[in-house]
Amino acid sequence: MNSTSILSCQKVTVSFDGFKAVQDMSLELAAGELRFLIGPNGAGKTTMLDAICGKVKPAAGSVAFHGKKGTVDVTRRKEHEIAQLGIGRKFQTPSIFSGLTVEENLEIAMSQKRGVWSTLRASMKKIDQERIDAELELIGLGDKKRLRAGLLSHGEKQWLEIGMMLLQEPEILLLDEPVAGMTDKETDKTGELLQEIVRKRTVVVVEHDMEFVRNFASKVTVMHEGKLLKEGSMDEVQRDDRVAEVYLGRKRRDYDVVSSTA
Amino acid sequence: MLSSAILPRRIWLLIGYAVAAAALFSAPLYLNDFRLNLLAKCLAFAIVALGLDLLWGYTGILSLGHGVFFGLGAYAMAMHLKLVSSGSRLPDFMDWMGLTKLPWFWEPFKSFAFAAAMGIIIPAGLALLLGFFTFRNRIRGVYFTILTQALVIITVTLFVGQQAYTGGTNGLTGYTKMFGYSLKSDTAKTMVYLVTVAALILAFLLCRYLVKSRFGKVLRAIRDGENRTRFLGYDPSSYQMAAFAVSAGLAGVAGMLFVLHVGIISPTMMAIVPSIEMVLLVAIGGRGTLVGAVIGAVIMTQAKSELSASYPDFWLFLLGALFIVVTVFLPGGIVGLIRQLRQMITRRRNENELNLNSIVPKSNGIV
Repeated sequence: MNSTSILSCQKVTVSFDGFKAVQDMSLELAAGELRFLIGPNGAGKTTMLDAICGKVKPAAGSVAFHGKKGTVDVTRRKEHEIAQLGIGRKFQTPSIFSGLTVEENLEIAMSQKRGVWSTLRASMKKIDQERIDAELELIGLGDKKRLRAGLLSHGEKQWLEIGMMLLQEPEILLLDEPVAGMTDKETDKTGELLQEIVRKRTVVVVEHDMEFVRNFASKVTVMHEGKLLKEGSMDEVQRDDRVAEVYLGRKRRDYDVVSSTA
Repeated sequence: MLSSAILPRRIWLLIGYAVAAAALFSAPLYLNDFRLNLLAKCLAFAIVALGLDLLWGYTGILSLGHGVFFGLGAYAMAMHLKLVSSGSRLPDFMDWMGLTKLPWFWEPFKSFAFAAAMGIIIPAGLALLLGFFTFRNRIRGVYFTILTQALVIITVTLFVGQQAYTGGTNGLTGYTKMFGYSLKSDTAKTMVYLVTVAALILAFLLCRYLVKSRFGKVLRAIRDGENRTRFLGYDPSSYQMAAFAVSAGLAGVAGMLFVLHVGIISPTMMAIVPSIEMVLLVAIGGRGTLVGAVIGAVIMTQAKSELSASYPDFWLFLLGALFIVVTVFLPGGIVGLIRQLRQMITRRRNENELNLNSIVPKSNGIV
């Protein structure tokens, strides 16, 4: 554990009715790092993110978050408290608020006091409006800001959600398959947005698309059957025999992708 | 072009509100006694409908127990009126039940201010308590709705059973005076009507403020995706509790006004059927729009008065049928229907324009 560590998960175990989705998994994140979490289906990647953001409570282990407000074991906190501490989560399916306009989605996502009294008295300050407008510009939805978010296309919804995450200003951002179901063009744009996100904060990305992962020179953690299999750079991971075996045994297409440049 | 299209609409809306308020305030000049009383009742129900809409239309929580909150407000006011009308004697029903002394919790209701405050605080407090145990434990949807029905049954049973303290099945009635004036006089009736109009306007403004504020946006966000709001850092349960309490408080206000117009409150008026009728007011008017709730309440209460007088047995069937028709064919209620029609007209107009200057390719973006 080094001094700039922002999140340290120690021997985390998550079980569902006896089935251990994640087992003795340890994960160390340095501040400002971009980490990819890969592995075959059912490896426990998403569950690991769930354990960090409080969606599931680990049966054993600890998740220590070294944030601005000191070190906190988040396994004892509720979801909204964890979010307020500075851990943001984006789920696989775009989950924007379909009944709100694009602009309203950004407005409530923006970092601010989240209590009932605060939102009752909140007024749109000039600086807030500027932040929202800048964000709309960045995600390219400026001309659709008054549109109900439910009417956006799949890719636009993903961008809106990424925009919401950016305004939320978490210290750690957990992204679950941000480019799943996107066209190539949409994937490229999402990649650009991701680069933007990564500049200012720590990010963990669960991803299946190996081509996409290769665009970023960063550390990769491979999970298999709930456990840590391998950690290192993309090249190291691809050369690893066990990793190849796991992908070969599980899913042919993924194996092809992994081995093609190995 | 867009902003110039929005501005006149806002002005039109303001004019509409002003005309409606003026028409309501001047109603005593052109309506007879019976009509004025009926309208007053409609407006009281409109206040319940506003609160229910805030809860159901905006927060996505369906309560089938608002009869209770309405009833609690009504009983608070009725207790005060009963005490004032009985003078120094014990209220008649207590006498019949063999009580010799006024129960301690009746004592403070001699004060109008106390009774009026309790008419809001008790329903809102009960809602807060129920909300605390349900929303914090993430009980929602159908399960929450069933619990509100249970609340109705418990409350009604309690009020019927404690006859010496509540007047039992007969409820509380037979009050004649308020602030020393006779309630039967024309001036008193006009005053009570005007107070109701003022209360409705205040309730409308309150709901409008809540809905337009960031608080209201969070409520809608919770309706669309409760879990998602959690991961944004909001605690949905505190927002749901707040909405539920405001909604119950408004029902209490409506109950207090209702007693003044009708002169009686009994457990039947807070039971299951009235509770469901209150939800219907919102469904038919158009949930998710405040104007819809008010329109629904006024139209339905009028219709109930007309139809249940001429066909008393038929009314409930009609109510049931109406509920089905609205849920299946008009999910947006009356306001939703008007909106759809308006969209159809503008779309047709746009298409015509596009056909005329066909240089511009037809876009699908507007739909």
